[in-house]
Amino acid sequence: MSAAGLPKRTPLYELHLELGARMVEFGGWEMPVQYSGIVEEHLAVRRAVGLFDVSHMGEIEIRGPEALALAEFVTTNQVSRLKTGQAQYSALLYEHGGFVDDLLVHKVADDHYFLCVNAANQEKDYRHICRYNRFRAEVEFAGPRYAQLALQGPKALATLAKLTSTDLAGIAYYHFRDGEVAGAPARIARTGYTGEDGFELYVAPAQGPRIFRELLRAGEEFGILPCGLGARNTLRLEAKMALYGHEIDATIRPAEADLNWIVKMEKGEFVGRAALQRLAAAGVRRKLVGFEMRGRGIARDGYPVYSDGRAAGWVTSGGPAPYLNKNIGLCYVPPELAEIGRTLHIAVRGRLIEAEIVRTPFYKRPKQN
Amino acid sequence: MYPEEFRYTREHEWVKVEGDVGVVGITFHAQQALGDIVYVELPKVGAQAVQGKTLGTVESVKAVSDIYAPVSGEIIEVNQTLVDKPELLNRDPHGEAWLAKIRLRAPEELGNLLTARQYRDLVAEES
Repeated sequence: MSAAGLPKRTPLYELHLELGARMVEFGGWEMPVQYSGIVEEHLAVRRAVGLFDVSHMGEIEIRGPEALALAEFVTTNQVSRLKTGQAQYSALLYEHGGFVDDLLVHKVADDHYFLCVNAANQEKDYRHICRYNRFRAEVEFAGPRYAQLALQGPKALATLAKLTSTDLAGIAYYHFRDGEVAGAPARIARTGYTGEDGFELYVAPAQGPRIFRELLRAGEEFGILPCGLGARNTLRLEAKMALYGHEIDATIRPAEADLNWIVKMEKGEFVGRAALQRLAAAGVRRKLVGFEMRGRGIARDGYPVYSDGRAAGWVTSGGPAPYLNKNIGLCYVPPELAEIGRTLHIAVRGRLIEAEIVRTPFYKRPKQN
Repeated sequence: MYPEEFRYTREHEWVKVEGDVGVVGITFHAQQALGDIVYVELPKVGAQAVQGKTLGTVESVKAVSDIYAPVSGEIIEVNQTLVDKPELLNRDPHGEAWLAKIRLRAPEELGNLLTARQYRDLVAEES
């Protein structure tokens, strides 16, 4: 059902129920929040491999001779640096410099860019891109044409290798290839939102459930688990990856969110550039920092942050870090307070609990090869 | 699943009466809905619980949830084991993971609570 007002369902909805998932509404979609349990799923991804249905994510395709010009104008990172088969993390900004969304830009060909955007933002992103399409590139709202599966963890490659003839080792981090998985055409990208090695697979919706099942079977020997949005969130928080509506939104500029590395001012004109230039001159009023709880208590999204008894900011994401076995969080504070080792206090249900600003990411996967 | 001798709240707490004391906990359904429980905030011994008012807090990885007192009275004991082992609430919510013991001030309040059968119906409706 996709009647107005009802949450949308991915092609894997029935399979999630069959696998015993608990379903929740997220960004207008009815999604699995967990199957066996968030902690267990989180640890499966860190230690072996986990499989996520992320078909709620949106896809937008830009094609034609002016595809590069449009992609370059609406995103912050430098699209012209991409080689065919390469992906980059980037952002769409408003003229005022706030985030429309964050996204992945994949270069499929000189005249074809494939964008992966957040589920709840996809219609807004599409309208935003079309609004600035004075280049007359072809822009397609392609979400309904794809199911997306994320296979993540140190055993992701070994799992996927059983089901594909595509040379996976030949796909470097943040690169992709159009190949096949379990006999079906698939865009195989070495990307993810967990801090682990892994792949994001874009396949035809009708193939989604079958490929999901086959991946679960292929990963069985490694202890693969189907994973829900709960683990996806704890994993991305440990890896300090931004979540729209939390670390970034229309009121936050890239420099505040520690995302200046995806903004290439030198590439020339793009939407939001002028505002960022003014901001660079004036200086930012807040910075995103990571913290660990020192006192007993768990910081949660939206909790107020204090420094020396004065209101200093707010928690954007917080909770237990299942792999690190700590209570962690991200928060905004004025730039003069944003230093490693500084003590903050988080207001947890009316009580101030001590926290300390720490280096991020909280978790970084061990280097291999 | 839900012991006959317990009484239940619509907010998914249980109470088992032993003489003039009510042993209080959260239900199997509550822990299942919360998922992995990682933190428990217990009331203080000596404090007064009031039926329907906040007694403590449990937190899972994902969510924060208030615990409401199923009965009124003085808190005479709390289950300190849960502070270090909150996961007990997932494993044995109706037994080892009791939260607090309350000396009943108004035993007639038990009439406001659900029987096991009524609670089972409530859970069936919610799931």
